[in-house]
Amino acid sequence: MGNQASRLDELISHDYRHGFYTPMEVDSAPAGLSEDVIRLISAKKNEPDFMLDWRLKAFRHWLTMTEPRWATVRHPPIDYQAIVYYSAPKSRTDGPKSLAEVDPELLRTYEKLGVPLEERELLAGVAVDAVFDSVSVATTFKEKLGELGIIFCSFSEAVQHHPELVRQYLGSVVPYTDNFFATLNSAVFSDGSFCYIPPGVRCPMELSTYFRINAKNTGQFERTLIIADRGAYVSYLEGCTAPMRDENQLHAAVVELVALEGAQIKYSTVQNWYPGDKDGKGGIYNFVTKRGDCREANSKISWTQVETGSAITWKYPSVILQGDNSVGEFHSVALTNHWQQADTGTKMIHLGRNTKSTILSKGISAGHGSNAYRGLVKVAKSAANARNYTQCDSLLLGDRCAAHTFPYIEVKNASARVEHEASTSRIGEDQLFYCQSRGVSAEDAVSLIVSGFCREVFKELPMEFAVEAQKLLGVSLEGSIG
Amino acid sequence: MLEIRNLHVTVDEGTTKRPILRGLDLAVGAGEVHAIMGPNGSGKSTLAHVLAGREGYVVTAGEVLYRGANLLDLPPETRAREGIFLAFQYPVEIPGVANIYLLKAALNAARKHRGEAELDALDFLALVKAKLRLMQMDESLLYRAVNEGFSGGEKKRNEILQMAVLEPQLAILDETDSGLDIDALKVVANGVNAMRSPERAMILVTHYQRLLDHIRPDRVHVLAHGRIALSGGPELALELERRGYGWVEAKALETAAGARP
Ligand SMILES: Nc1ncnc2c1ncn2[C@@H]1O[C@H](COP(=O)(O)OP(=O)(O)OP(=O)(O)O)[C@@H](O)[C@H]1O
Ligand SMILES: [Mg+2]
Repeated sequence: MGNQASRLDELISHDYRHGFYTPMEVDSAPAGLSEDVIRLISAKKNEPDFMLDWRLKAFRHWLTMTEPRWATVRHPPIDYQAIVYYSAPKSRTDGPKSLAEVDPELLRTYEKLGVPLEERELLAGVAVDAVFDSVSVATTFKEKLGELGIIFCSFSEAVQHHPELVRQYLGSVVPYTDNFFATLNSAVFSDGSFCYIPPGVRCPMELSTYFRINAKNTGQFERTLIIADRGAYVSYLEGCTAPMRDENQLHAAVVELVALEGAQIKYSTVQNWYPGDKDGKGGIYNFVTKRGDCREANSKISWTQVETGSAITWKYPSVILQGDNSVGEFHSVALTNHWQQADTGTKMIHLGRNTKSTILSKGISAGHGSNAYRGLVKVAKSAANARNYTQCDSLLLGDRCAAHTFPYIEVKNASARVEHEASTSRIGEDQLFYCQSRGVSAEDAVSLIVSGFCREVFKELPMEFAVEAQKLLGVSLEGSIG
Repeated sequence: MLEIRNLHVTVDEGTTKRPILRGLDLAVGAGEVHAIMGPNGSGKSTLAHVLAGREGYVVTAGEVLYRGANLLDLPPETRAREGIFLAFQYPVEIPGVANIYLLKAALNAARKHRGEAELDALDFLALVKAKLRLMQMDESLLYRAVNEGFSGGEKKRNEILQMAVLEPQLAILDETDSGLDIDALKVVANGVNAMRSPERAMILVTHYQRLLDHIRPDRVHVLAHGRIALSGGPELALELERRGYGWVEAKALETAAGARP
């Protein structure tokens, strides 16, 4: 059986394609965390006082907290004093005003990653904000969007040009006291994307952020804030990669979404941070807090995620259903191969009346991968006629990987209807041989099986992203059933 | 079509290697249908798996020629594309993959191998529907995951549906009749008979005469103690039905003893 297992392993093993490093001159803070470092970050970004105060409050609170221990993930202790909390490509002076000001080396990096920043080369209908290490390097189509009153820029720019919006909404969904990693992020976050869609505007293109960790020993702490005002609609995409390194790197991001009356936000992620090598060395620790607030009636927030990268993924994109008749959705594919670990899921908090949520989670484990779904459906007393449907499927490739499901349900209103379905299936040599005996190669068989399994989630992704996700799963599984 | 000479096959059982086939000879010509019978555990499925290229079986001696060329060097998917088809004794379930997707991938892989264009969705559907009618299967089975939740009989029918779509040169049917009700047996037999042709060879592994009532074989073989212990015409199956395998096994042991120095 031993060599059969390794054949499946070979099938899912693959080389990480985005693992190169771009040598850049950088401007960085010394390693370690202190009030001085936070003041330095804030000063570098020329922030107004309210921002510095907020950061310092978060930092002081963080000092009283300890890392969460309840997830199924295991890792050696993280030395928070060894991390560099601020690193920016040097050539940049005061934030890019146009693409012409962006370092050509950076543009080449994004091209290599398949994210062209030249506007004319962009896929029609996608505006991109590119975040390199800690800072946003370019935002495309800004002017075109501006004509509609849409603000789409880096977080730093938003702080400069729209402080009143930042002040109103920052921390209003994920407060700085929320959890260990979100609090750390609140203290040190250096950039990210900001987006505001004015009332009644349907954003005519997909907005997209592409995150890249480049520098060594650097943590990436970005913060995204999206506000859809009354009746607005926006579809937002997020992608990420990092170079291959033997050390683990920390990525602790926060995403806050606010949907006002009748607004809709669709947030899609294809996460492909460096997962570490096949022996489990290196890789990104992806400890992320994502939460949406359906703050007013008839609003809708929908999360779709394809998580294939990172050594450890710890994230629970959630929706607070405050407004009556609001709708929350979570569609997820999480893949763990080799020694990757994922503890991911969602929280649907029903507060308003007639609120509805759907959870569709697909976990794929291969190699020694460990994959946990952790979900909370909470129906408050106030949430009359709340509905939730949860479907949670696990696919195991081989016999050394693991899947766990932790569905938590708290219902305080008797009129609620909460349904949960779960399934686990294992794919092994027998299934592969069956396909091969029909003329389908083992590689094709794996991708047939995996894409069949993920179909319902992929159809929620915007077209280009769906293709990308399918390809990603293809490579992530090269060499995989065990 | 198929020539097996002095085939020896062992399987790993922990530290020891256990011989299953011990000098098996068999020749099946184009257009012929051969039945292989034999007691439980005698190695019929092992033979079928070795022909299809399953891992875990070690060929320690002998050779297998398929259309004049060495078969054993080819990976399983190439064998399939070259026209070998195995209908499994225990078809496996593949969650998440709709039956029709596997069929399409399989057919197109073979067509590509032969240098033919892939069938487009419409032509493919027309072809599959015709075969569904032949097998009297419900169209809904196409859209369910491969064999998942299929009844025993539905699984067996599904195997023959795949065979009908793929139109192999050499079909090996491993106990396709087991688990079929009387009407289903007729449907499957009709499906198989419809595929008999001068270019196609078939090997039917079975325990029961009733299948051979519907599909009349050219030759009947008894596999015992790792080799073909006895061969004959269709009448041999009737004799086995009457007398069981004891006398054949005794004879096989004698021959084996005689062969030893
Ligand atoms: N992978 C394997 N590992 C260990 N033993 C095996 C393996 N495959 C087959 N065997 C053994 O080889 C012998 C022959 O098995 P096989 O399945 O070929 O028999 P069969 O003739 O098809 O029997 P049946 O009529 O019951 O289907 C059995 O004793 C079986 O246990
Ligand atoms: Mg058998």
